[in-house]
Amino acid sequence: MSGAAAAERLIEVDGVEKVFSVRRKAGRLRRVKDEVRAVDGISFRVPRGEMVGYIGPNGAGKSTTIKMLTGILVPSGGRLRVAGIDPARERTRLARRIGVVFGQRTTLWWDLPLKDSYELVRRMYRVPDTAYRANLERCVELLDLAPLLDVPVRQLSLGQRMRGDIAAALLHDPEVLYLDEPTIGLDVISKAKVREFLLEVNAERGTTVLLTTHDLTDIEQLCRRVMVIDHGRLVYDGGLAGLRAAGDGERTLVVDLERELPPIEGVPGARTVKVEGPRQWLAFPAARSAAPLVAAVAERYPLVDLSVREPDIEDVIAKLYAGGDSGPDSPGGA
Amino acid sequence: MASRVAQGLCAYGLIVRMWMRSTLAYRTSFVMMTFGDFVATALDFVAIMLMFSQIEALGGFTLPEVAFLYGTSSVSLGLADLLFGSMERLGRRVRDGTLDTLLLRPAPLLAQVAADRFALRRLGRITQGLLVLGWSVSRLDVDWTVGRMLMVPLMTVCGAAIFAAVFTAGAAFQFWAQDAAEVQNSFTYGGNTMLQYPPTVFARDLVRGVTFVIPLAFVNWLPALRLLGRPDPLGLPGWVDFMGPAVAALMCAGAGLAWRGGVRAYRSTGS
Repeated sequence: MSGAAAAERLIEVDGVEKVFSVRRKAGRLRRVKDEVRAVDGISFRVPRGEMVGYIGPNGAGKSTTIKMLTGILVPSGGRLRVAGIDPARERTRLARRIGVVFGQRTTLWWDLPLKDSYELVRRMYRVPDTAYRANLERCVELLDLAPLLDVPVRQLSLGQRMRGDIAAALLHDPEVLYLDEPTIGLDVISKAKVREFLLEVNAERGTTVLLTTHDLTDIEQLCRRVMVIDHGRLVYDGGLAGLRAAGDGERTLVVDLERELPPIEGVPGARTVKVEGPRQWLAFPAARSAAPLVAAVAERYPLVDLSVREPDIEDVIAKLYAGGDSGPDSPGGA
Repeated sequence: MASRVAQGLCAYGLIVRMWMRSTLAYRTSFVMMTFGDFVATALDFVAIMLMFSQIEALGGFTLPEVAFLYGTSSVSLGLADLLFGSMERLGRRVRDGTLDTLLLRPAPLLAQVAADRFALRRLGRITQGLLVLGWSVSRLDVDWTVGRMLMVPLMTVCGAAIFAAVFTAGAAFQFWAQDAAEVQNSFTYGGNTMLQYPPTVFARDLVRGVTFVIPLAFVNWLPALRLLGRPDPLGLPGWVDFMGPAVAALMCAGAGLAWRGGVRAYRSTGS
């Protein structure tokens, strides 16, 4: 409401907490109340049009955050605004402006043809006819839904249903799209299709996307910004490149030599971690440039081909979850 | 407020239509269930008729009088059951987390939960109740003035509102205790079974309980006693018989508050 500045920050989260009290048996009749801080004072902002990955181990507080952002759960503390609306107070008003996909449960009507679920969205969200037709057409085209529209949802495969669910969440032109594990259980092709579609939607309509996932390829391909949550706290918020540095990851130089040789030695700042025939893997700190390294190798060894691999993001995140104590093992080529 | 009610009614209608079409995806099953429901409720009244083949009066009430109680209570419960009866499933939705998807829609949750799994076969109870009621009205020895004639639909509607309030309050309770459906069933379906018989056959404390604690007596007992010209077993002042609409309004307001509290206390599931 307060002009362009507010529009820029589509999602505002300030010191938000969610505390559940859990009763636990302690002895025969005594019950003890335990407090579980599912979300423990997190703050972040998401500008319009950004695609943000939100990751963390199971039980870290990802879904709880999303549920507070949609108004399903009432925060125990802190301040929360989505498109200028307080979700818990005006849940139904906010509902018109957001789209949500829960990977683990469908919003589609089990026994009815897919298109009937879309028709309900049209009527319930009062989507204008022209906008509805255009949106549906675009989704059908990009997600290959045409052959599925007349099929009862119960007969769809998991991947087909997920595509159907994503389309259902976008028919009313939401400004924000929350995706809670949208690729869970999907095969490689379905995953690729979903990712391609999300990029398309984000580019075309400027839809802001907040995405939780366990599949880090989702993040690598979709999001420039990542937030990592662990034990209810944000432990990282920044670019994907920075995340690699934060986890003090190592990059890997893969070299193909002319023939099988003993492990490469004497290259400053790098160590050989793996040898497989003429191919060798050298690990070096992510912050260092690869160029002098390549030069040093080429000078002394018969080099045929080479490539540089970024640190394995899963390892980086595993280190972040572990609270920063880095393990002695380097990321090997998997 | 008014727009919220309109929004709720609109959503209710949309969801009801979706469920009706879902039911028709299994047409045979729908026909069998409707028929089964009708027969089951019909047998219910046949039992009362059989009883009257052995006795002249029950607690001082004749067969048409008992049929009047039976008919009014059945229609009231039938209406509430048709429109709000599915709310007892709320606990299941809370437990498996599917309530979340309803909370994401731009429509009041109460309307969505009431319309959830809408079952047209519940018309069976209303139809049967109306048949019994019609028969009893034709047999009753009552001087049908316009006022008395209007009292019958008014009391059934108020009765339906009272039952609907019990359904809603019971569902609200399930936000805290997901297995509480049986408690509310004992008041709705159980209460209905009780209201089908004259209050004179029950212990006085029980009658007091359903008058002052859970005021089901206002569904049909008190107004029906007045209509049939019978004394009230509790000896309450005469104006109490006409308090049905006020009681119904109060109960609906109370149920609405309970519902709000329940939604706010909702904690969702993990994941």
